[in-house]
Formats: sequence, structure tokens, C-alpha cells
Amino acid sequence: MSLKTETMVLNMGPQHPSTHGVLRLELKIDGELVLDVKPHLGYLHRCFEKHAEAMQYNQVVPYTDRLDYLAAMGNNWGYALAVEKLMGIQVPERVEYIRVIVAELQRIASHQVALGSNAADIGAFTPFLYLFRDREHILSIFEDTCGARMLYNYIWVGGLSHDIHPDFVKKVKEFVSYYKATIIELDNLLSYNKIFIERTANIGVLPLDTAINFGASGPALRGSGIPFDLRRDDPYSIYDRFDFEIPVGKGLQGQVGDCWDRYYVRVREMEQSLRIIEQAIDHIPEGDVQSAIPKRIKPPKGTVYTRIENPRGELGYFIISDGNTNPFRVKVRAPSFVNLEVLGELCKGHLVADVIAILGSIDIVLGEVDR
Amino acid sequence: MGLLDKEFSDGNIVIAPVEDLFNWARLSSIWQLGFGLACCAIEMMATSMSHYDFDRFGVIPRNTPRQADAIIISGTVTLKMATRIKRLYEQMPAPKYIISMGSCANCGGPYWEHGYHVLKGIDRVIPVDVYVPGCPPRPEALLEGLLKLQDKIRNESLRKKSA
Repeated sequence: MSLKTETMVLNMGPQHPSTHGVLRLELKIDGELVLDVKPHLGYLHRCFEKHAEAMQYNQVVPYTDRLDYLAAMGNNWGYALAVEKLMGIQVPERVEYIRVIVAELQRIASHQVALGSNAADIGAFTPFLYLFRDREHILSIFEDTCGARMLYNYIWVGGLSHDIHPDFVKKVKEFVSYYKATIIELDNLLSYNKIFIERTANIGVLPLDTAINFGASGPALRGSGIPFDLRRDDPYSIYDRFDFEIPVGKGLQGQVGDCWDRYYVRVREMEQSLRIIEQAIDHIPEGDVQSAIPKRIKPPKGTVYTRIENPRGELGYFIISDGNTNPFRVKVRAPSFVNLEVLGELCKGHLVADVIAILGSIDIVLGEVDR
Repeated sequence: MGLLDKEFSDGNIVIAPVEDLFNWARLSSIWQLGFGLACCAIEMMATSMSHYDFDRFGVIPRNTPRQADAIIISGTVTLKMATRIKRLYEQMPAPKYIISMGSCANCGGPYWEHGYHVLKGIDRVIPVDVYVPGCPPRPEALLEGLLKLQDKIRNESLRKKSA
């Protein structure tokens, strides 16, 4: 006797504890096996492009904060770089150093949330608490610097909104030495945890050619084994002065490009960020934090595209200027949005529970996906 | 009840108004719907983590509206999401409370003027008990909002309302 079965459609989200925000996944499942995944977007569409058209160049900066709200410094920076390139502004040396330091601190803070929520989704709650404890140190440094814990509006076109706090250098050094010792805790607690490896190794393997074809970037691409990092391969600002490595997935626990590799790349990237901060923190020159630009920014006609390495991958800003005080158009190339497209490929043939692990390892932020 | 342990030779009776007892029980275990919308959700997570520790007020995230007493609207509510939030709210058993966290949920926030897809305040869809201002509010502000909600529950009446 043959048993008649049929495929089932299961909706995951938009209210679901593991979808990293308001994402809805339409799963086509055969029993426990996932046949197809279709992400539905638009639950957090906040009209960024419309706002950018209606605002002056400087007024757009706070809206860039709210794209990838876990890495607001990087978003500010990408936008500021684009407008500066359009206007041909050279920012002071002091600004460059401070920008690099805050962006790298932000990368650590962002990865801490990413790793923590990835672990919490698949059942390990304790590392989440540990990572948030350490994240508070970084947030306190940022709060001293610009008054905000999460959405900073700190990096402005042509400079910074404030100079750094007198204690900034001391506090950053304290944090670097503290976190260098503490990061081992994460390895002991989670990276080499048998249960965690069982849940993530050989799950959601992203082959290198698929990753490149889909345009994946950031840890999702590097997890598949290619050392592509814009900080080294298309250096912006002063990154060419620093010595750092680019961690890649090596398939230490399973195949190259599995969830564990993407997880591990993030852990090692935090170490490299600490290394960059260490090299930069002692060399902040004296000087002004605003270059001499008019209050009303009016770039010449033209288009510009700049890209920077945000914690989630390649963040690009495409700006069209028609010579007015408002941008004609600002298009954001959001890394989370592009990386999310790969999800359908990764989930095929896995169990429903693995979808959670895979989604966590891609690490999306819905503010950036929907914009 | 550690204070009263082994203080009495016999079992005892506590006499208290029913309202006080119910309100005390309700305000001390506000289970919230674990549900993040946008940037504020990260601050809400930070509030329930190590430093600020929501748990000490009896706030535990639950993953289903059927077990939740309160819902924290943490972030920008879009038109597409608003209908879903209304449904979640309706699925919660009474008594149910709502904290609107952040400027977006209060009134549309920075998206007030040009946000064609942003709901201008969650109170247009569901009734709000406490508004917490900020973009995003600090964890202390959210805790203060929770204390305000507890105050509100403390003064609630169980009596039938006369027409």
C-alpha cells in the first residue's frame, strides 16, 4: 500500500522569535524537509529613498543610522564618503583615525549581537548574555563620544559631529585589553561546543561559485573561503596603513562554507578589529574634526558610487546629484538584502530547524533589507 | 515569603482586599510577547540582558500571544505590519497591556512627514497604556515605562462599572 502525501506550506513570521525582525518566510515542506524557501519582505519598509529626496545632504545622515541599526557608524561613514567623493573633500587626518576606530568598535559590537542571536536561536542562550555584557562596554564608549547608545549620527559629511571625549583613548585601550582576554571565553563556551558544532557544521553549505553568483559579501562570502574584504581589496580612508588578516572559512568542522564557518569568520574578525584599533589608537593626530566646508552642502552635478566593508558585507551608496541642496536620489546597496537572496539555495534539503541556524548565520538586519 | 518563614507556630491567614491581591499578582509577573520590530527591539533585548535585567521585574518574554500579558511595540510600525500587530493583540488574553516604545511607535517619529508606508502611531490601531519616548529610548527609560505600567495596574479596579 502506498501512502499518499503532499507538500505543505508553512509560514514562519513575521512575528517569530527567530526571524531577526519582521521577516516572513514561506516554507514549502515535505514532512520535515524543506523544499523551498521564499522570503517575503516589506514589513519594515521605512521609505529611505523618499526621505533622502526630501532632505538636505546633512539631514540624511540620521536616516542612514536606521538602515543597519546594529552598525550605524558604518552606515554614516559610507554615506559621508559618498558625498565627500562627490564634492572632492579631503577630511583631516584626525577624522580618518577616529572614523576607523569607531567603525571597528562598531564591527565588534555588531558581530556580538550577530553571534549571540545566532546561538540563542539554536538553543544556546548563555553566550547571548556574555556577549551583551561585553557589548555594553562599547556602547558606553560611544555614549561618551556622541551621546547615543545605538543610533549615533556621528560621522558627518566632512568630519564628525563632536570631538572625542577626553577619556576616549584610555577607555578604548582598556576595552581592547579586556576583550582580547575575554574573547577566549566565547571560543570555550560556543565555538568548540559539541552541541553547537553538531547544529551548525555541514549545515547550509554555500559553495564559492554560488556565493559569487548571488553577489554575497561580508562573512557570508568569506565563510566560503575567499579572502575578499574591501578594507584591503579596495581600500578606502586609511585602511592601507594597518596590518590585519582576513579570516576565511576553512571547513575546520565540516565542509567549507557551512554555518559554522560563517560563525567562526565573525569571531576571528572581531580579533582583527581589535588589532586595527590597537594600531590606530596611539596615532590619533591633533587637529580639527570638521574640514572647512560650507554649512549648506551643495555638491556639483554628477553621480557617485562608494562602497565600504560593513559588518554584514559590502555597503554601497549610489548618489545622483542635480546640483541642489537635496540629493536627487540615494540608492543603497544593502549587504543584508543581497545576502538574504542566497537563503533559498542554502535551505533546500535541510530540516525546518536548520532554517533557523542558516538564517542566523547569514545575519540579516531587516532595517537594511527593507529600507 | 522568606521573611515570614518559621515565624509562626501555626498556619496563618492573610486578609487582603481581592483587588490588591490580584493587582499585586498581575503587576509582578508581566509576561511580554517576545516580539521585535525595528531598532528599538535591540534596546529591548539589551534591557532584558545582563546589564539591565528585565527579569527582576517579572518580565519574561513569551513567544506566543496566548501566554502574554503585555506587548512592547518596539519600533516603526508599517502599514503592512499594523494589521498583523492588531491580530496579535486580539489573540492575547485579557487583561492585556501595551507599552509603546520609541518615537516611531508613539507618533511615527522621524518618518512622520514623508513616511508613506509608516503608521503614525500605534495608538491608531490598538490602545496604548504607556508611551516611552526616545529614538531609541535608553534601557532605563523602558524600565521606567514598565514601572509606570505597574503603577497603573496597582490602581486598577475589579468592580463592575456602573452605567
